[in-house]
Amino acid sequence: MTALAVDNVWKYYGDYPALRGISFEVPRGACVALLGRNGAGKTTLLRILAGLSRPTRGSVRVLGMDCLSAGVRRATGVLGHGIGIYDELSAYENLRLFAALYGLERPHQAALEWLERTGLERVKDGLVREFSRGMRQRLAVARAFLHRPSLLLLDEPFTALDDRAIALLQGLLRESLASGATILMSTHQLREALELASHVALIVRGKLAHAGERTPEMLEDPGYLYRTYGES
Amino acid sequence: MRYFRQVWTIAAKDLRSELRTKEALNASLSFALVILLLFSFAFDPTAELTREISGGLLWLVFAFAGALLLNRSFARELENDCLDVLVTSPVPASALFLGKALANWLLLLGIEIVCLPVFGVFYNVDWARQPAWLALVLLLATWGLTVIGTMFSALTVNLRLRELMLPMLVYPMLIPCLMAAMQLTTALVAGQAPAGDQVAWLRMLVGFDIIFTALSVALVETVLIG
Amino acid sequence: MREKILYALGVAAALLLARNLYVMLVHLPDEAFQGAIFRIIFFHVPAAFTCFLAFFVALVASISYLKTGRMQWDSLAVSTTEVGLAFGAANLISGMIWARIIWGIWWTWDWRLTSMLVCWLLYAGYLVLRRAIEEPAQRARLSAVLSILSFTVVPFVFFSIKWFRTQHPQPVLYGEGKMDAAYRAMLYGNWVPLILLAILLVAVRMKQETRRLELDALRREAHTI
Repeated sequence: MTALAVDNVWKYYGDYPALRGISFEVPRGACVALLGRNGAGKTTLLRILAGLSRPTRGSVRVLGMDCLSAGVRRATGVLGHGIGIYDELSAYENLRLFAALYGLERPHQAALEWLERTGLERVKDGLVREFSRGMRQRLAVARAFLHRPSLLLLDEPFTALDDRAIALLQGLLRESLASGATILMSTHQLREALELASHVALIVRGKLAHAGERTPEMLEDPGYLYRTYGES
Repeated sequence: MRYFRQVWTIAAKDLRSELRTKEALNASLSFALVILLLFSFAFDPTAELTREISGGLLWLVFAFAGALLLNRSFARELENDCLDVLVTSPVPASALFLGKALANWLLLLGIEIVCLPVFGVFYNVDWARQPAWLALVLLLATWGLTVIGTMFSALTVNLRLRELMLPMLVYPMLIPCLMAAMQLTTALVAGQAPAGDQVAWLRMLVGFDIIFTALSVALVETVLIG
Repeated sequence: MREKILYALGVAAALLLARNLYVMLVHLPDEAFQGAIFRIIFFHVPAAFTCFLAFFVALVASISYLKTGRMQWDSLAVSTTEVGLAFGAANLISGMIWARIIWGIWWTWDWRLTSMLVCWLLYAGYLVLRRAIEEPAQRARLSAVLSILSFTVVPFVFFSIKWFRTQHPQPVLYGEGKMDAAYRAMLYGNWVPLILLAILLVAVRMKQETRRLELDALRREAHTI
């Protein structure tokens, strides 16, 4: 069963192709680490998958639907560079807002449940502006998982997190995988990501240089993938 | 039904965070009052003369104050990349747009309601002689102003020089809307109910609102999703 | 091949213009009331026609860009807008010269002058917006939306300003119906070389724009690791 089908995707910035004919499929329940250097096109690809940008050519289908459809958007959870929560709203108001936007049946309960899971129930009425960095990050993680997405798109998720937020995120990712969700995360070969990953995809200069299962060598030697597939 | 709930959720979110911080609201309101004051130096503020140009004076104040408010509308989503999260959520771009426009509309109407009595007191003008008609003109023209302003707020959100770009693009677009509002308001402050030409101006205002609301709703997804 | 067509266009425009100038200055008599200066109408009015034709083509190109995503449409849109602005400026300036001589003032807030100025400013905003956007596809997309909005507001602008300004007495420009047949023929006849000139300018500008995109792409290519 295919969760994500990327078919010959090109993205042009003017005359410059940032993505050059990317095609791959991700089976349901897989966890893909999207690798590549800065500027290789990882973020561009993730933005297309998240429906923030349209491919110039080619198509992306998520769970058999067009990736810009409301159905896909409801099933997708996104965690990007920014935390995507509002500083001038309280923790509860933030989660309640996103619960409502994602059309959850009981937004109030969902918000409370996730505040508890992320250990923020004590400060639920505090404004996010007054939160510490770690608390904001945990709230951002809660915001991304709140609607129990079956496809998770994460852009460098571990880079800015503190240890507690990393533990929380890893726990949630494992739990999502166990319940059959599909994960795609861009990363700089961090151990945290590769340990979770069942597959890897390497992008070099806008092209897919390699896609396949993650092998033990990759975990042991961070340069392995780039040396083997990178400079072709 | 779900669509309108989404529009309201967005509008309520914007209103709540604006009323909590009052950043744009305070700036916009004090700017409006400053311009109201400055106009007293531009001409001899006798009651008759003021009444003759009241429409132009008031709508210039509202348009200037509105630009400050509208600048923040999409820009406030840039902090923490909230705009990306909103666009990836199941809320259609048009609902996002309408929600923001609705919030801006209510905020700007609030500013106008504060400005009107201040104008009346300072310039010794009895402005509320046609309250129902005046309210209608305020509602319609402010919607025209907000719909164009919110659209350009979305259009310029990712640009350098955003704050400079918005007024430069918005004011020429707003000329028909502002002109209708000025004509109607001047007549209403003088106590005349709309008749003849004024009805035609009112009709044009309605046409402007409908056409640009429809066009913005149709085009906003193109603006937000690259 | 394309170069040759462009040269031919230029030559045709120059020849036609020379012929028109000859007829205008030698054969056509001075206008009864305004005298020699009336001949400025043969440039003033066709310049306005050309300007709006260019803005219309820009609208079509903008819609086509949004439909297809092909950068050629964006190049056409920006080229026609720039050329439209040039002809709009020609219209405004020739009008001001004419006004100075006939009315004794450079500018009056007559509806035709005011509306033209507002349109000119609207489309000048289009160019300013473009300058503020780095990435070509984003620039094309946002400016296409602006072009559509601008074109929609133009009739509103003309309508409202005309309405507003005609409440005051205004100088009579010229009675379209009373115009002599020879004058009228020249009015439209002189539109032809101006259109040819506009097409030539658009073609040259489009070529520049295409080169610019290629350069931009090469620069991006060079900057990727």
